Order: sequence, then C-alpha cells, then structure tokens
Amino acid sequence: MTSQGIILSGLDGDRTWRLADYVKRGGYDALRKIIAEKIPADQIISEVKKSALRGRGGAGFPTGLKWSFMPRAFPGAKYIACNSDEGEPGTFKDRDILRYNPHSVIEGMVIAGYAMGCERGYNYIHGEIFETYERFEEALQEAREAGLLGNNILGSDFSFDLFAHHGYGAYICGEETALLESIEGKKGQPRFKPPFPASFGLYGKPTTINNTETFASIPYIIREGGDAFLALGKPNNGGTKLFSVSGHVNKPGNYEIPLGTPFSTLLEMAGGVRGGRKLKAVIPGGSSAPVLPASVMMDCTMDYDSISKGGSMLGSGAVIVMDETTCMVKALERLSYFYFEESCGQCTPCREGTGWLYRVVHRIENGLGRPDDLDLLNSVTANIMGRTICALGDAASMPVQSFVKHFGDEFAFHIEHKKCLVPKDVQHEGSKIYVA
Amino acid sequence: MLEIEIDGKQLQVPDGSTVMEAATQVGAYVPHFCYHKKLSIAANCRMCLVQVEKAPKPLPACATPVTNGMKVWTHSEQAVKAQKGVMEFLLINHPLDCPICDQGGECQLQDLSVGYGGVQSRYEEEKRVVSNKDLGPLVSTDMTRCINCTRCVRFTTEIAGLMELGQAFRGEHAEIMPFVEKTIETELSGNIIDLCPVGALTSKPFRFGARAWEMSRRKSVSPHDSLGSNLVVQIKNDQVKRVLPLENEELNECWLSDKDRFSYEALASEERLTRPMIKQGGQWTEADWATALEYVANGLKSVTAEHGAASIGALASPHSTLEELYLTQAVVRGLGSGNVDFRLRQSDFSADGKREGAPWLGMPVSKIGSLDRLFVIGSFFRKDHPLIAQRIRQAAKRGLKVSALNPAFDDWQLPVVNALNVRPSAMASSLLAVLKGLVEISGEAYDGEYAAALAGASSEPAARAIAESIASGRRSAVWLGNLAVQHQDAATLHALAQEIARVAKATFGVVGEAANSVGGYIANAVPVAGKGLNAAQMLASPLKAYLLLNLEPELDTAAGSSALRTLGKAEMVAVFSAFKSAAALEYADVILPVAPFTETAGTYVNCEGRAQSFYPVVKPRGEARPGWKVLKVIGDMLGLESCSVDSIEDVRKRVLGADGFVEPAKLGNAVHGVELKIAPASVRLERVADVPIYFADPIARRSAALQQTTDAAEPKARVSKATLAQIGIDSGARVKLVSSEGSVVVTLIEDEGVAGGCVRLAAAHVLTAPLGALNGEVSVERV
Repeated sequence: MTSQGIILSGLDGDRTWRLADYVKRGGYDALRKIIAEKIPADQIISEVKKSALRGRGGAGFPTGLKWSFMPRAFPGAKYIACNSDEGEPGTFKDRDILRYNPHSVIEGMVIAGYAMGCERGYNYIHGEIFETYERFEEALQEAREAGLLGNNILGSDFSFDLFAHHGYGAYICGEETALLESIEGKKGQPRFKPPFPASFGLYGKPTTINNTETFASIPYIIREGGDAFLALGKPNNGGTKLFSVSGHVNKPGNYEIPLGTPFSTLLEMAGGVRGGRKLKAVIPGGSSAPVLPASVMMDCTMDYDSISKGGSMLGSGAVIVMDETTCMVKALERLSYFYFEESCGQCTPCREGTGWLYRVVHRIENGLGRPDDLDLLNSVTANIMGRTICALGDAASMPVQSFVKHFGDEFAFHIEHKKCLVPKDVQHEGSKIYVA
Repeated sequence: MLEIEIDGKQLQVPDGSTVMEAATQVGAYVPHFCYHKKLSIAANCRMCLVQVEKAPKPLPACATPVTNGMKVWTHSEQAVKAQKGVMEFLLINHPLDCPICDQGGECQLQDLSVGYGGVQSRYEEEKRVVSNKDLGPLVSTDMTRCINCTRCVRFTTEIAGLMELGQAFRGEHAEIMPFVEKTIETELSGNIIDLCPVGALTSKPFRFGARAWEMSRRKSVSPHDSLGSNLVVQIKNDQVKRVLPLENEELNECWLSDKDRFSYEALASEERLTRPMIKQGGQWTEADWATALEYVANGLKSVTAEHGAASIGALASPHSTLEELYLTQAVVRGLGSGNVDFRLRQSDFSADGKREGAPWLGMPVSKIGSLDRLFVIGSFFRKDHPLIAQRIRQAAKRGLKVSALNPAFDDWQLPVVNALNVRPSAMASSLLAVLKGLVEISGEAYDGEYAAALAGASSEPAARAIAESIASGRRSAVWLGNLAVQHQDAATLHALAQEIARVAKATFGVVGEAANSVGGYIANAVPVAGKGLNAAQMLASPLKAYLLLNLEPELDTAAGSSALRTLGKAEMVAVFSAFKSAAALEYADVILPVAPFTETAGTYVNCEGRAQSFYPVVKPRGEARPGWKVLKVIGDMLGLESCSVDSIEDVRKRVLGADGFVEPAKLGNAVHGVELKIAPASVRLERVADVPIYFADPIARRSAALQQTTDAAEPKARVSKATLAQIGIDSGARVKLVSSEGSVVVTLIEDEGVAGGCVRLAAAHVLTAPLGALNGEVSVERV
C-alpha cells in the first residue's frame, strides 16, 4: 500500500480501521460540517460535480451527475448501494479500503444519503473476503454507537442507516442491477435497462449505486472542497486513484496516485518489471479492459482520457503487468475461461458465446488451432458485443479482440506451429520467479 | 399517443408501448423466443434485436419503449445481422435433433432457423447436454433442447402463481428445473408445453403420437368447468390426438387448464361403450340400437301405464350438452312427469320457484380483470375454476382485494386479504355478520327483508373486515362458489349473499360448477316447484324408472353410494353414457352408448351466459351415437311432439330461439322470499367436501395422465391441529369416518386450512362415496 492520496494515506498506524483512528485522521469532520452548517443537499452535489470525481468501479461515470439523477422529491423509500463486489481479476483495491479505512466508506455513504435524501443504504461486499465483511460490520456498529449512523445522526433530524450484505462469489453481482437483485434475495442476474436504477432500483425504488472507492473519496471532497480534489488530479479526471498493480512487477500492491501520473512512474513505484525483464503488455484497467502493448502503454498517463486514447480503459484501475516471458495465448485462455465461467446465462450471446470463445482459444493454445480461427474469434466477439443485457458480454469480448489485434502474430504462430512463440522454458523461467 | 416509424410505415401507439407491440400493430414480424404477450418481459433471447435510429447498438424490440419520433428498422442490414448472430448462438448448443423431436414441424426455433440460421454450423466443439427433469405425468422434458428463454419459469410464477420452476446454475451450465425432488403441480402446467418455443417441454400423454402436419385442427368447447374454454382438437385417422387452446381473449385467453387439455385421453379409454347393452335375466348382452331403443321406449310406456308418469325420473349431468338436456326434459315432460334435474350435487332446493332466472356469474368473464373487490363464498376456487382464478390472480396484481368465506382453504396462489374460516353450518351466520357490518358502514337504516335476522346477528371482527373491504370498492363482486351452491343451506347463503351484494352495490354472481350449469336452467332441465322431483328427492326414495344421462350417480350426486341402493330398487334404469362402469352394470337395465363432446354436436352455456355451439370433431366410436339423436328417437317412438326435431340446429332453436343466444332476461341470480335457516352454533364434527379437479366428471376421471397427478391422489381426511387435539387422534392415523349414510376408512392428516370442528374429505371418489352427503355431521373413530 503506497499512497500519495487521500484514501490510503495515514494508514501506517495500528488498527487504522477503528473509529478512533479515523477520527484522529480528520474522519467524520465532513459529516459534522454538513450537519453543523446545515449545508443544502444541492450544494453537496455541486461540490461533487466540481471535483470531477468519476466512478471508480470501472465505467468512470461522473459521480456528481449520477447523484443529480436521483429524484430527491420522490416520496417513499430511496436507496443507496455501495458496490464492493470487487470481482474483476486484477482488482483488489476496495478490499484494502474496507480493511484499513472502512469508516471513509461509511462517512461517504452517509453524506450521499444526506445529499440524495435517502434513509437507507447497503454495502454489497463480495463473498470471498468474509473477514473484511465482518470488519465492516464492526465499523458499522462503532458508527452506530457514536451516533454517526442510525436515527438523528449527530443530534440532527437526518437519519440514515447502513447495512452490509455479503455476496457468494458471483462476478456478475458486481454488475449494478444484478447486485440489486442479489440484495433482494434473488439470483444475481442483470436487469434489462431501461428502467435504470435511478428510477427503478432496489425493491423497485430509486437507487444510486457507487463504488467503494468513490464513496471513500467523498469525505475529502466535502472537507477540502471539490476544487482541492480536482487539483489532485487533472482536468476532467479529478483526484487521486487507487491502482492495483499485479503481475510481473517486483512490488505488486495498491498504489494511490494522482490521476495523470505517467504509467512509467507507477511501474517504477511498483519496483519495475521483475528480473529486469522487458515489459511486453499491460492490461490497464482490469481483466475486461483491452490489453495494450508495452510501447503504447509506456506513453500513457494513468487517467481516464489518456488510457482511452491509447485504446483501452482505465476501468477499475487494476494494472496487470506482463513481461516478455508471457504467452499471450495462454493469458487469453485464462481470461476467456473466467468469463465463460462467470457468464450468468441469462441472455443468449453471452451464455453461448463465452463458451465458444474459450473453446477456440483453448484449442489454439493446445495446438489444435485452425487457420481461420482468428477470423472466427473476431466474428464471434462482434456478435456478442453490444447485443447483451449487461456489459459482461463486452467484457468477455474486449480482451479477445485486443489480444488478437495486438498479438495476432503470436496467435498465428500457435496455429501454424502448434507451439508457443515464447519457448516453454522461457515461460517456465518466468514462472519460477513468480513462485519465489 | 406516440409517433413511430417502423420499416418506413408511420403509426401512432399508446404511451408505454414497446417497439414489439408497435411492430405487431404495423404487421412487421420481429423474430423472437422469450417474448410473450401475456408474460413479463425478459429480453433474454436477444432474437428481436432491431435497428433504432440514433442508437449505437441494435435494441431488443420486446423491451424497448417507444419514444416519440422513433425510427425503427426491423429488417435492416444491422438488424438482420444481429438476429442472425443470435440465431447462430442459439443453435450452437442445440442438438438439432428435429427428426426425432416431438416439436418438429411446430417449433419456433426450427421455423426461424430457416430464415436466420446458417447452412452449416461454425461451432464444431462438443455440445452441451442437460439432464432431463421429472415434471410429473403431463410434461415431458428434453432439456438439452432448451434455449433458456424462461417462458415456462415466468408462466408458472406469474400466471399459475406458483414458483415451481427456476433457472439454476449460470452461464452455459444454466438449466431450467423444478425445485429439488419436486415436480410441477399447477393445474395449468400444460400451458408451458405451448409456451416452450423448442422441444424441451412437450406433452407426455401425446408424446410421439403424431406429427403436427399430419393432424387436422377442429374447433370445440371444453365440457368441464363453467368457463367453457375454447379448444382446438387435433385429430388423425379419426382419433383425437391432443387438445390445444383456441385463443379467446374473452374466456380462456391463450391458456387451458390441464383438465381441459389432457382429459381427451378418456375418449380412447377401454371403458368406452361401443354397443348398446341390455340386461336380461341378470346377464348383459349386446344389442342393436333398434332393440335397445325399443326396450327403453317400451319400458317407459309400461311404467307410465302401470305406475303413472310421476314414477319416471331423469337425472342428467351438467356436463351434458344443452340439446341433450333439453331433449331429456322433453321426453320426461312429454310422458307427463315433471321429475328432471341436472343439479346433481346440490342438496338444498328450497330456492326453487323463488328464482328470477338461471344463476350465472352476473358479469362477463372479460370484466373480471376490472374488479377491485371480490368476496368469494364457499369455493375451492383455484381447483374449481383454474382459469377464472388465473384472471383474479392477475387482477390482484393490479389492486383487486379478495375476501373469502370458506370452511376449508387451499392455497389459491393469490392474496386473500380477508379469509374467514368457519364450519359449514356457521357460514350463514357469518354472512349475516358481514351484512350487519355493511349496514353499519353505510350508516343508513336497513331497508331489506332480513331485518329480523339482522337484529340477532353477531359482530365478528373478521366479518366486519370483509364488509369494509367490499364497501370500499368501486367495482365489487360477491360470488357463490361450488361449495356454497352444494351447501345444505344453499338457499340461505344465496339469499344473504344477494343481500350483501345489494347493500354493497356489488355485482352478484354464481360461478357455477360445470360446463352447462347455466345451460341446464336454460334448457329447463329442472323441476317446476311442486310439479316434479328434484335430484335429491329422486334419489331419496325410489322411482320406477330412471333415465341417467352422462353421470355416475355414486360419484356425481350428493347422495353418493346411497343412490345405488335407490336405483337398485327401480324397475328400469336406462343409462345414457359414453363409459361403462361396474356400478352401472349392477343397477342399470339398459345401457346406451352416447357420444362424448368430441363426437357430437352440441352447445354449452358458460357461467357468463354465453352459448357456445360446437360440431363433432371425429366420428362416434363404435356404435355410439350422439345423445340428442338417441333421445330424439326415443321421443319419436313415444310419439312425443316435443321431440320431433330434424336437426341439432332445430333443437338449439327451440331452446335459444333463432339467434342462438341466451336471452339476457333468462339469466338472473335474484331469489325472493327465501326463509333464512341460521343454524345454531354446533360443536359436532361436520364434513366439508371438495370435488377434486380430476374427479369432477366421468371424462376427467378416466384420463390416465390426469389420474397420476397429485391432484388425483387418494383422498385423505383433513382436520386442523386444534381439531386433531380435540378428537385425540394423531395426524397420519387411519380412521373410520361415519355419517348417517355410511362409513369409510381413510388416513387422517393435519390441514390448517380446514375450519375448526370440520373434517374435510373429498367427494366424487369411489373411496368416499359411501359417506353420502357433501356436508352434514360425521364422527371419527380410530381403527
């Protein structure tokens, strides 16, 4: 954990997840300020808009704008949901936020509840990190006991309660409408949109869903102002962002850096490519983001716009680094298998297509590829993309398209020679370091 | 209204329409699988992707709302490319085993693959195999063919109201299945066969019976419940192969109950009668029609001569056609007797002579959906009227509040807001309490005819809640169910329900038990008060001669087994039936094989008073003949003018007039001057009898597949937990139930739906027939 930012900074003490430690770091000051000064909801939303905070879950949608969609005047229940179902391979930032700084998320959600006129929120935490879920429950209890959550927060007439809900390990439940279905106790399957959650969300009521990191950024924005947050990053890409760097680097981990930091700097912070090897490729935004070859990546800065210009997505900020010992076909095979296993099975193109993609990549990797397999992969991905209920179909297709686009030679070699362009012993050499 | 342009055609559609609805309106066919007009939108098959102006991606027509000025192309290059792409995905894991698939020839996937499928598959890996599921005796599965459209899941949940199917697992491993170790038990299960767009769910009784294109399709009308569902009967080689719904939005919509759909199996039952039979010297011999008819005519003549016409009686099933019912009463009345009845399970006839018309639903079936309050009195609604219950279920989603007064509740799979559960003998006083509540709510002085009774009425909170519910509606209805009509104090319940409806300004209706429960009155197959005996009287003390039309008295009448004893004492019993039965061979003297509904022309008048005529779809089996013809010939032999008709249309004209409609004036639920019978509070055990859905008539009883369903399980005596404690017998014990008529030995089980002090035991079953009356006191002994 290295931080040049706001969420993971100051977390080098003991038991940083405790309320006392959070308060020592200025925690709940933002909420106290709102309650004391009776700051109007509109002002909070415009502050968030000013900060240029963009959704940290992957899509990068401007948070302030999302909040303004919520029909404040809607009578009856409205909900806020926090998406901590961090299932994207390569992503492990929300886990650390909840582990070491859970109160930042709670404070962010209470402020969101205040701004959007909601009295109830849910934090959906994915199933594999049960101890984190338990820790979050403890934090909720602390906050309730301190009067920071529940009825009449800090003696005001504002009430907001928050509940943790843990999933059971389905990747699809990170899709926001599947997440809502799961909270409702149904099978986690995305809903067709429209209607969008802002009008028909949890239990059919208006609901706003944000990522853990997004909520964790809110207290700073309120405390220091939207401009201060924006200034941390660059225009249209406000603030700092957590990057989960994994793969062939010397020091994998979470790095919180200002948006706009050059990729090369991030790579350096992560200790550079292991064994001093050459960088081959990087998936800059989690497994569903298109892969970029080293040459393109080294010219990018870590922000939404630059990565997008480079041909990929900043996504959830999971930076998967691959060095020259990597077989790109094998890497894609693993990714395709993930999507094949995680498709919810609801709609046809994804249910049938992800299995097809995996099987074709699998046969190429295993020396059974056919000359027209690359055309087939491109055609099948084209038939999936944009035809599905949710974005999983796109997520499964983009890696395939980008791997074939940037590393087509390697695939062609596999098909023609029935073996890998990267000799097996070189691959093994690479893995040995990995094991160490 | 919204403007939309589809494939260059301009049209206006109502707000909230989807692109699919708009396309249907303009006649543009958008291929689809998961979309169904009666089910919620799933948008999961993705086959209906169409091109929409300004949309970057093709959008599913079924789920995309129309916006003003939208431009849609259903067959543009982008749309067709998307549709073909989806079709390829649907086919890669589909077994493509059309030659051995029962759905072949009527398969949506097969049909659409002609237009959108490739010549050869690009998918050469192993295909998915999915294990078959046991969905019970009616629905056969080949789950490997399933395309996961979830129509069946949505049907069972939304229309049948029972969450019995679901999609388990995910991704490519997703499977449609019932709950672990369960089959499906909804009485509407056959509809999932129609809904399944592939051959995953097919009809088990019909399986491999014929190819769709080999069969002719003939229209008909269901002979079972009082809805009169419209049927398509499919035949091959002059045999009924299967029955499908004929869509009629005003009646059965596009659904059929399983009874309507699968009872056709009985038409080929081994018990079908194919030749007339006469008993001579205790021996049955087959006879030709001339002899048999002669026998009946002579028998009737001699009985009339010796004992007078009043010693002749006719009992006809309410499942008989209007024409049969008319001619039955014509024969009896022609001879000078007034003894004719079709209300076989009824036990209280004291409203006869006080009725304004034929009891009916009081409203068209199609208007049920607009009710906002409904009070059902005495009914096993879901099983008695599966598709009317379905309409109520849908209406309940839109805000209809249902209240019910019943001595025994089943799960109706719809919210019953106020359920008043009392013993049969207390139903009248409960109704009085509801009436009292209504009068109190109205705040006006009571101006009806039951002021005296009302003065003594109790105030129950549950009855008051029902009164408040009915009074708060703008379109309320009060309905009498089968149990109320068969009740020992039916006239009192009727009169009070009528008064409740009057005070609450609600529609008053009688749902009706059978296909011709209204038609029987219209055909005049009822005794005129004082001038003839009703069904109960005819079976209480023996007459000399009986004509029995389409019924099995021990099962189809309130008398139960005692009917057999009465009939045994008659000089001549002539049975007109499609089926042989062991009991009939005992009591009958002559058995005439008459044709069931598929082999005769006829008319049923349903609960809303709609006369629906139909024609035979196949030739009568063996020497069986249409009942109306048999009765006409007997009438002719007896020289009765009232039977001299030339054709079935002629009969119909005599009953319905030239128009073929039931005159609205003939329908009417009002009764006047009924003397209320309010039973004093009782502590004795009382019987509550349901007529299980597949025991209700001779045809259903002989459908092999229906008889394997859980609804056709051997009847058990059901009592509440408190009553179990009271009688000191454990659930699961074998007990002897004793009534004034006889006794039966059955298993006793706990059922919290049964009112305290009651034993619920099904009627219309061989096992329970000895008990006789459908209600009344019973005692329970351990055996």
